[in-house]
Amino acid sequence: MKSSQEIGQFLLQQQTRRVFLGRTSQGVGALALAAMFSPDKLRAAATQSDKWQGIVKPFHFPPRAKRVIWLTMAGGPSHLETFDPKPKLTEMHGQPMPESYTKGKQIAQLQGQKLTCFEPQHKFQRFGKSGVEICELFKNIGSVADEICWVRSMTSEAINHDPAHMFMNTGSQIAGRPSMGSWLTYGLGCEAEDLPGFVVLTSLGRGGQNQPISARQWAPGFLPSRFQGVHLRGQGEPVLYLGTPDGVTRSQQRDVVQTINSLNRQRDTIVDDPEIATRIAQYEMAFQMQASVPELMDVSAEPKSMLDLYGCKSGDGSFASNCLLARRLAERGVRFIQLYHKDWDHHGGIKQGVEYKAEEIDRACMALITDLKQRDMLRDTLIVWAGEFGRTPMSQGDGRDHHNAGFTVWLCGGGIKPGMVYGATDELGYAAVENPIEVHDLHATMLKLLGIDHTRLSIKFQGLDVRLTGIAGNVIKDIIT
Amino acid sequence: MKLYSWKTIKEVAFWGVFLAAIPSAGAASKIDFNRDVRPVLAENCFSCHGPDAKKVKGDLRLDQRDSTIRPAKSGKIAVVPGKPGKSELVRRIRTTDADDLMPPEESHKTLTSAQKEMLQRWISQGAEYQGHWAYTAPTRPQSPDRAKAIDSLVKTRWRSLGLKPAPSVDRRTLARRLYFDLVGLPPKPEEVDAFEQDRSPKAYENLVDRLLASPHYGERMAIGWLDIVRFADTIGYHSDTPRNIWPYRDYVIRAFNENKRFDHFTREQLAGDLLPDPTVEQKVASGFNRLLLTTEEGGAQSKDYEVRYMTDRIRAVGAIWLGQTTGCAQCHDHKFDPITANDFYSMGAFFADIKETIIGAREPGMLVPDVKEAKELARLEQEIKKIEADYNGAHPELSEGFADWQKSELIKLTQDESWVRWAPAKADSSAGTKLKVRDNQSVLASGNNPEKDNYTLQFTNEVAGVVGIRLEALPDDSLPAKGSGRAGNGNFVLTEVVARVERDGKETRRILFDSALATIEQTVAADSNPYKLWSAASAIDGDIKGDSSGWAILPDVTKAQHLQLRLKAPLNLMKEEMLVIELQQRHGAKGHNLGSFRLARTTNSEAIQWLNPVLVSADIAVLLKISPNNRDGSQRDKLFSHYKTLAPLLKPLRDTLETARKSLTDFESKLPRSLVTERLENPRTVRILPRGNWMVETGTEVKPALPAYLNKQGASVASQRLTRLDLANWLVAPENPLTSRVVINRIWKQFFGFGLSKVMDDFGSQGEAPPNQPLLDWLACEFKESGWDVKHMVRLMVLSETYRQDSRSSRENLIKDPENRGLARQGRWRLEAELVRDNALSLAGLLSRTVGGPSALPYQPTGYWENLNFPQRTYQASEGEKQYRRGLYTWWQRSFVHPSMLAFDAPTREECAAERNRSNIPQQALVLMNDPSYVEAARSLAVRILKECPGDISARITFAWREVVARPPTPNELATMRDLLEKHLVQFQNDPSAAARYLKVGASPAPTTVNAAELAAWTDVARILLNLHETITRS
Repeated sequence: MKSSQEIGQFLLQQQTRRVFLGRTSQGVGALALAAMFSPDKLRAAATQSDKWQGIVKPFHFPPRAKRVIWLTMAGGPSHLETFDPKPKLTEMHGQPMPESYTKGKQIAQLQGQKLTCFEPQHKFQRFGKSGVEICELFKNIGSVADEICWVRSMTSEAINHDPAHMFMNTGSQIAGRPSMGSWLTYGLGCEAEDLPGFVVLTSLGRGGQNQPISARQWAPGFLPSRFQGVHLRGQGEPVLYLGTPDGVTRSQQRDVVQTINSLNRQRDTIVDDPEIATRIAQYEMAFQMQASVPELMDVSAEPKSMLDLYGCKSGDGSFASNCLLARRLAERGVRFIQLYHKDWDHHGGIKQGVEYKAEEIDRACMALITDLKQRDMLRDTLIVWAGEFGRTPMSQGDGRDHHNAGFTVWLCGGGIKPGMVYGATDELGYAAVENPIEVHDLHATMLKLLGIDHTRLSIKFQGLDVRLTGIAGNVIKDIIT
Repeated sequence: MKLYSWKTIKEVAFWGVFLAAIPSAGAASKIDFNRDVRPVLAENCFSCHGPDAKKVKGDLRLDQRDSTIRPAKSGKIAVVPGKPGKSELVRRIRTTDADDLMPPEESHKTLTSAQKEMLQRWISQGAEYQGHWAYTAPTRPQSPDRAKAIDSLVKTRWRSLGLKPAPSVDRRTLARRLYFDLVGLPPKPEEVDAFEQDRSPKAYENLVDRLLASPHYGERMAIGWLDIVRFADTIGYHSDTPRNIWPYRDYVIRAFNENKRFDHFTREQLAGDLLPDPTVEQKVASGFNRLLLTTEEGGAQSKDYEVRYMTDRIRAVGAIWLGQTTGCAQCHDHKFDPITANDFYSMGAFFADIKETIIGAREPGMLVPDVKEAKELARLEQEIKKIEADYNGAHPELSEGFADWQKSELIKLTQDESWVRWAPAKADSSAGTKLKVRDNQSVLASGNNPEKDNYTLQFTNEVAGVVGIRLEALPDDSLPAKGSGRAGNGNFVLTEVVARVERDGKETRRILFDSALATIEQTVAADSNPYKLWSAASAIDGDIKGDSSGWAILPDVTKAQHLQLRLKAPLNLMKEEMLVIELQQRHGAKGHNLGSFRLARTTNSEAIQWLNPVLVSADIAVLLKISPNNRDGSQRDKLFSHYKTLAPLLKPLRDTLETARKSLTDFESKLPRSLVTERLENPRTVRILPRGNWMVETGTEVKPALPAYLNKQGASVASQRLTRLDLANWLVAPENPLTSRVVINRIWKQFFGFGLSKVMDDFGSQGEAPPNQPLLDWLACEFKESGWDVKHMVRLMVLSETYRQDSRSSRENLIKDPENRGLARQGRWRLEAELVRDNALSLAGLLSRTVGGPSALPYQPTGYWENLNFPQRTYQASEGEKQYRRGLYTWWQRSFVHPSMLAFDAPTREECAAERNRSNIPQQALVLMNDPSYVEAARSLAVRILKECPGDISARITFAWREVVARPPTPNELATMRDLLEKHLVQFQNDPSAAARYLKVGASPAPTTVNAAELAAWTDVARILLNLHETITRS
């Protein structure tokens, strides 16, 4: 039986420029079929530009946020030297870690070694009206503490960097699943006219191990390539192959694009291939990006006060610069902006290591929150600060090992309750004991804020209705306003 | 036949949805369970009423007729065959009561009214079930003859859908299509002309056979296979480091070229190592089992990754041969298909015998010499054998030396035994160095390495008559250069040794030395040394003499070195007394402190005369102590063999042997290596993991077993453990219902654009029952019965009329069959990533035609690998011919696949990919316009245009057009291109430096004999041509 639904789906694909072929065509099923059977809407779709409008129509819930800025602290930041005070651990310093905490749990590099309590290496102090207690190295973040919701009961299933990043980004430890930025652009489309919907920026700090980050972390998995994250690079061309060939002027490149498009149009009249219209649109988009991306990356137009707020210089490739770029991307309608700041992998020398990190991110995070708030964009921008896991309360020399049983992430803006602490780890900071949160819960909450029911954003792949949240995920209602 | 524009089709197509009545919806037609009912139940009902035993609600399973027609837990009967009115199922899908409605609201699934209607009619017609189509072995449908079978089965479908076939395509388009499909390269214009003019009835068949015989056929066919088996040059996880595996890729190419039968192909890859007396090729094929992702990440847990590797391999077998999405069964019984967790882990147990490091670097792999290299290898090995035979001979000329050596070694041993190792009771450093007394009585320094230091050693044993003290400097792996000192080069300086006896913490007497011996005294860097030698004596001369004096041992830092000190008077230590020895280091620079050392004492004044730093090993010492007459034959042989390793008379022969061995290792180091499968004697234990959790080890242990639901024959009750070879044999056994269908479906897709069942990786209930199942089954049967002959199947497909249709469609067909599932036209699609590159390089005349070899590194933007680490890597683009290799030879860095390949949907090959997306994104435009590979190709094509076509602009543009798309331009196209050319020509003439820069892109030099401005302008012409939609489209 050729169902009417299938034919309808096929026609819709034509209108959306046939981006879906093969298995992904089935994903269109989530769309309201009624819309496809209204001739008016059909014609409207046919004349639309190539811009992907997203599959979630209408929203499942009233959206609270329009976009996400996800600050990935790569390497696994210690919650014990950042946002989770543990005086009891100071008391227990140098004593064996009680076995009741660790028995039967995953351990990374400390496998088979003596486990000893290691006191927090920096002092904590209270900030803001909420009086949240965080490490004194993060005074700037402390100054905006009343905007932030701290989740101190985060957990992860993975304990090594690569699978843990994969899990945090795709909800699965198996390679080949779409990253959350891809899910969001697939679900909601992109508002930007001449920029991709999912953008990635990376920065490197001092004193860490520079753990590798695979392009898999921003890959679309089995979703079409148009949903892949585009890495805006700090060195060379910001987007790969963005520059015209040496010796060719922009006006010549425009001639080239126009001639290609003109010849493609002429061919279309003979072969009548709807892919050609898409091809033409992509060449126009590519040509626009050749101008819009350099414009975006050039922060010299920002007032000096703005550069001072963030504490960066134009083009220094720092995390602070990337935060400023994140705001510019947010302004231009990019849906998902992910920053990776590396070198949080403090197996040794954690005291100094966290000082370096604080220098690199403290001011920038405050600036991003302040800047967005000034522009009235914090309301509908969700900021998430998260590593792929935390670190052990036990020592590894003068550092800490990987740890997934309890750590801290924070969220801000976009419908998040400000100035609150949610969940807690035990008194030694080992395991989340109060309101433990899983990665799928975090994803479900993010999707909810964006107006999406995480159980309904799915794609048929290998016999499963695959979701970002796997077969789990509970929205953390208590942290939503 | 008139071809209609898409624009009008879009208008009419909408109405077509209503007008073209659903074909099977007529009241009289028979509902087919597999085609109509199963997909609807699977999609909407099975997650609660399906195979997953733990999730079944209300004791009702709709995947089994028995369960469906008997009373459920509620007492109601879901389906009463023939009586929809009495069937609870009908009531529940029709009800308006939200509490009763199925599927329930929270599932977010709804049935359309057509689906409800269909289910109701199915029940009226008796609610018959069928086994799942893909789990029953295919039977060959009736068809006139082999050559006509495809067309005849397609025609049957045309008739039932009311389709009229598209006309045969013109020969130019057909040639271009066939070239891309069979060899992945564009035809030359003269080849197209020849084919167009060839009036022989066998013209097409001849062309097909010629291309099937081309060495590039194997390269073309390999692409899809390398995707599905996830072939890549790097390990994938974390550091994503390289591994040796490319010979496997060449094996695949060769297998297709030599038309290796698919059953052999299967056995060799899964179990090449288990075949009787396997060849090098079969072992290389077994590298298949090593293609998965692995890790070197520190802190990764072995058990965790052992499970990851196993499940990866199970998913691979599911994807490659069975079209089964086994992954779900890792955590629970499959929800839609009858795969149980037991099936899943039993499948995994087949791979528990693969020898591999779980966490860490892969081994270098097996040597893979070609024929010539294999000969040279054999010659070198023969040479070594010959010398070894000589060396292993009786060698009577050594007997005298042998006897002398035994005597002197025995003396050394006796003397050494008079030395008693003496561990200090306490060892301190004046500068905070950590000194640890180890179990073997030696002292190891660590931590702080100060410029100058005093080690103070205290000895409290009661001793009498000690005449000598020995210090052994011992190399240690923890020290720099694996020496015995802590300076960067492994050296140390012992400036002065001072000794005294103390009682109650007070010095009672000084201990003096009268002579010193050492196994080495450093001569290098002794200019400022007052003795011009870093001598033993200087360590006991009672004077520091500045920072350039003392005992040092360069260059032999990695050997044990002895310093022996003779006491002026014998030393006796009483109970209350303590000997204190200070080892002083005043050299100053670079922390020349002792790193590892041991002290010993002797009461034997003979022993003090001799330095015996190197003693025979303990087992040889035992032999030496047996008197020659009492040794048995093997003891004598062992001792003699040992002597041969140091006999001066034998040195020339030893050197010859060493040279020969070095020649072999040198030669081997240049040969390719490839990871292969080796078998473990004791396979790893495999257990069912509850919820897939590797930390829970309480699950039942399982042995290798074939999936129960597919293995209808029942496992032969073999007492022996099943092997990977058994698995391979079962996959290609005639009764296996899946392999032939799954594999032929993928091959079909290469020539028609989509599979006959369009869900390539799922032949389970969530997949698609093929609309033309007779055709798929005929092909599957033919494939098996031809002896798994891939070329034969490809030939049948491309010779069919179905293949030779135009890819344009009539209006009627477009409305009736918008997706072309009826195959009443050919498909058209953008070339695969590799072929986009091959096409451009080939048109440019740059393409290397070499088949096989190490992976190549095309130009890549600087810094693209910046986020790789352990180690950091810098990309070095290949040089010379290697820069211009076909796309399939591109270095496959899993975490950062070459960006221009990625832009055109090349998969990362982290997981098995049964198909690729065919996206159309701006990055593709950026690559084709700006990637140096394509700019260089455009320039080389421009050179060809100017050199090979001497005519005017029109002639040249026409020449270029025919080269690139195998047809002349239309007058409009010609005019458009001419305008561009003339405009840019003037611009480049006015800016010669711009032209010069433009022509410098890429490694190959632009010819100087061509006018630069002209070449630059024509480069833009070529660049435009390489960017055309038509150029990168197969139609």
